[in-house]
Amino acid sequence: MLTRVSEPTVTPIAAAPAAEATFSGPEELSAALESTGYLPDEGLATAAYLALVMHRPLFLEGEAGVGKTALAQALAQVTGRPIYRLQCYEGLEASQALYDWDFGRQLLHLRAAEAAHATTDTESLEASLYDRRFLLARPLLQALEDSPSVLLVDEVDRADDEFEAFLLEVLSDFTISIPELGTVRATTPPLVVLTSNRTREVHDALKRRCLYHWLQHPEFDREVAILRSRLPQVTDQLAREVARATAKLRTFDLLKPPGIAESMDWATALHTLGARDLDPDLAARTLGAVLKYREDTERVHGLGRGALFGA
Amino acid sequence: MRDGPRPARDVVDTVLGFARTLRHAGVGASPDRVEAMLAAVGALDVLDPRAVYWAGRLTLCGGPDDLDRYDAAFAVYFSGQRPRAPRQSGPPEVQLATSAPLEQGNEDGDDATEAPDLAVQASAEEVLRQRDVAELTPAEREHLRRLFALLVPATPMRPSRRRRPNSNGSVHQARTVRRALRSGGEVTRLVHHRRRARPRRVVLLVDVSGSMTPYADALLRFAHAAVRARPSSTEVFTIGTRLTRVTREMRLRDADRALAASGSAIPDWSGGTRLGEVLKAFLDRWGQRGTARGAVIVLCSDGWERGRTDLLAEQMVRLRRLAHAVVWVNPHKGRSGYEPLTGGMQAALPSVDHFVSGHSMAAFEELTGVIQRA
Repeated sequence: MLTRVSEPTVTPIAAAPAAEATFSGPEELSAALESTGYLPDEGLATAAYLALVMHRPLFLEGEAGVGKTALAQALAQVTGRPIYRLQCYEGLEASQALYDWDFGRQLLHLRAAEAAHATTDTESLEASLYDRRFLLARPLLQALEDSPSVLLVDEVDRADDEFEAFLLEVLSDFTISIPELGTVRATTPPLVVLTSNRTREVHDALKRRCLYHWLQHPEFDREVAILRSRLPQVTDQLAREVARATAKLRTFDLLKPPGIAESMDWATALHTLGARDLDPDLAARTLGAVLKYREDTERVHGLGRGALFGA
Repeated sequence: MRDGPRPARDVVDTVLGFARTLRHAGVGASPDRVEAMLAAVGALDVLDPRAVYWAGRLTLCGGPDDLDRYDAAFAVYFSGQRPRAPRQSGPPEVQLATSAPLEQGNEDGDDATEAPDLAVQASAEEVLRQRDVAELTPAEREHLRRLFALLVPATPMRPSRRRRPNSNGSVHQARTVRRALRSGGEVTRLVHHRRRARPRRVVLLVDVSGSMTPYADALLRFAHAAVRARPSSTEVFTIGTRLTRVTREMRLRDADRALAASGSAIPDWSGGTRLGEVLKAFLDRWGQRGTARGAVIVLCSDGWERGRTDLLAEQMVRLRRLAHAVVWVNPHKGRSGYEPLTGGMQAALPSVDHFVSGHSMAAFEELTGVIQRA
């Protein structure tokens, strides 16, 4: 997929979908996702389907632990594409997100050429220095080269404005130009999933190019179903009671309301201790799996058992 | 419209009409977003209302605040009702004028100040800078308003994760080797780089309750000056009976327009104060997610709390743990013989790093220094 561009080429975004798993509509994609253990609701399934057919990045926002990252992994699984993950942080630079030259190996190559007295033809020597094998591909370049793929840009709100600007450039036409080498263009645009915890307002220019979806905590029935499919070893009784107690915890106005990730941790913890249902003593001892602030734990203990287990 | 059939003409009209309704409801459905919705409708089933609902919601909305407005507009538009008239949100601008005394005109002011002698003006300015803004005449307020334009708040800085070339600091390996490649692989010189400085975030929480009315306008003008100096790293919220984010409005260049826009966004001008609850709302919705983390928080309030003071104390402790520094600006502190006796002030003080007055221009100048060094 690496081409030296001599004449302007047409961006093949509108190309026919590659021969891979295709879905007739959101329902079919939803069913496929369910078979991997990820249970999307109607809106999320529609969002994922549109992202797939419209070649638009999917921008997911929501509380921590509602399954934003897990969706990208499930999508990679159902489409059979490889997944490339870019974890964002402040100060993330192009050399860590796009590509970098392997300077050490370039120097070695130069020395080897010198030793072999092959340095007379400077032009070919220079060309050999900037060869693809000396290029270190980072997640964004990897995702374009290994097309079709799934690209997960995780916690984009943690990166700074400078990074957003060049992400915008890559996401608008799915190409990366490397001055020494040429332009890399994805044959099929990758399925891009951006996640954000909303620690910072992401720039509108980036959001405008994306499909936007706000993920909420799942409803009771869906949460039970997720617990059952992700943790088949947990009894139905325990899954229901954990889901009910977690839903109740979310109404307590806590500093950090538990997400689906926490309820899964809790169910696993209880199961590991041999519980078949939500025993109040065991629940109190394992509260650390769902509540991550001392104030929250104190508050729930202060409210007494009735608050968590009452009708 | 890359895949799927191109939507028919009447679908396009319907969607355009819907986008218009949405824009009236306050959702910024820009043309490129509308185009995306058409593509999305084309990829789904046009006749299925749920599909149309999601096609629009996924493409036209840009944040959680848009979702409720979208739902309401969708229900109205697709149930066949006529689009609602543009909603007059917020209080009328008159309310801003009544609670923002600096706004009151000076056209009928004293004619003696029309062309004052330069020296007189300078010394008058000096006196004005020290005066309590609550005790100014309309003409003096007008003058002070111009002084605000000259206020240039300096921003506090913090070390960034990004580096830039520098004559000393750690060795930049990539650049050193790149340079060596140019001279035939011989490392002749080491290239250094070091961390650069970035502005630290400043968050201003301005109390607009009844007891703060004489100072609210001046404080918001101060906030506008701060936003103007560093638009991307300054956030402004107003607190009263509820929390309102006015950062967007404050970014308007002209101070008067910015204040008018904020005025219509603030629903609780001159109401009561529930500092503890509103501070909790700020920390839950913004602060803990990142807005308060490592930031300089400037709370402008007289500490007059109508709610529980223990809640305020609790939230102040929480704020102190998240923030880099907490600055409390209390205009009453400038008065001689002031003691922080109000319950709210006593509850908050243990968690405050810098307790300053904010009653005059001189006090605001001092405040910029406090924020910069915080």
